[in-house]
Amino acid sequence: MNWVLVIVGGMVGAPLRYLTDHAVRSRHDSAFPWGTFVVNVVGCLVLGALTGAATAGAASSHLQLLLGTGLCGALTTYSTFSYETLRLAESGARLHAAVNVVASVTAGLGAAFAGVAAAQAVWA
Amino acid sequence: MTSPYQETVDEPPEPGAPARRTPLWRGQGPALAVVAVGGAAGASARYGAALLWPARTGGFPWTTFGVNVVGCFVIGVFMVLITEVWTPHPLVRPFFGTGVLGGFTTFSTYAVDIQRLMDEGHPRTALAYLAATLFAALAAVCLAVMLTRRAAARWSAGREPS
Repeated sequence: MNWVLVIVGGMVGAPLRYLTDHAVRSRHDSAFPWGTFVVNVVGCLVLGALTGAATAGAASSHLQLLLGTGLCGALTTYSTFSYETLRLAESGARLHAAVNVVASVTAGLGAAFAGVAAAQAVWA
Repeated sequence: MTSPYQETVDEPPEPGAPARRTPLWRGQGPALAVVAVGGAAGASARYGAALLWPARTGGFPWTTFGVNVVGCFVIGVFMVLITEVWTPHPLVRPFFGTGVLGGFTTFSTYAVDIQRLMDEGHPRTALAYLAATLFAALAAVCLAVMLTRRAAARWSAGREPS
């Protein structure tokens, strides 16, 4: 059962990342990897909220496997984030590469803290 | 990088049809299917790693650290192979790069683990984890790209008649 939840979450999360990146690229012709940035920050917000809800007893372990380990885990990515940062640096856009790292980590952490705080405000 | 299939799958827009109206998933069926299967495989592998090596409460999240660093190394090897060494089937990159590796590595667990460590009163571990993952992940992808390029150059030099 646990494996099924992770698999189902992964089967939704990864295509959502693919579609988000596709949507962002088709609307903004930018060298900056906005698609990965957006999915990572949104995933951090959702996982933060889920973690806050679980701490308050409002999210079951099954829901955490489905939405946390499966969906948010597959929606967000470290490998593409790293590779895109390297590509930016290699193409000469070193400032963009540095901004990508700082902005992704700052916004991701901010979203995680905000998600936890929001869930605690709702359920605690 | 996360939607590498779009150039090869998108049909040209019909004359007179507004481009913005085109549904996102139009012509993306095969790519979405392999991304979903790859994502499920990658997420399962990450879950399996977490079961094999469970994280200690308040400790350094070594399993997620390892998963992310390994995934970054593998994407470095993979991207050099498929962009500089050979031209694979157009579904290989969405399946393995976007699906498997994207599903295996995670940014959300990284961020929430840092939040949790801070919340539980381990700010030093949180900061060490934040910096170590970032440094090791970027170093892994750089090293993988460099080593794969070197191996590919040696391999192609060995094949050329002298």
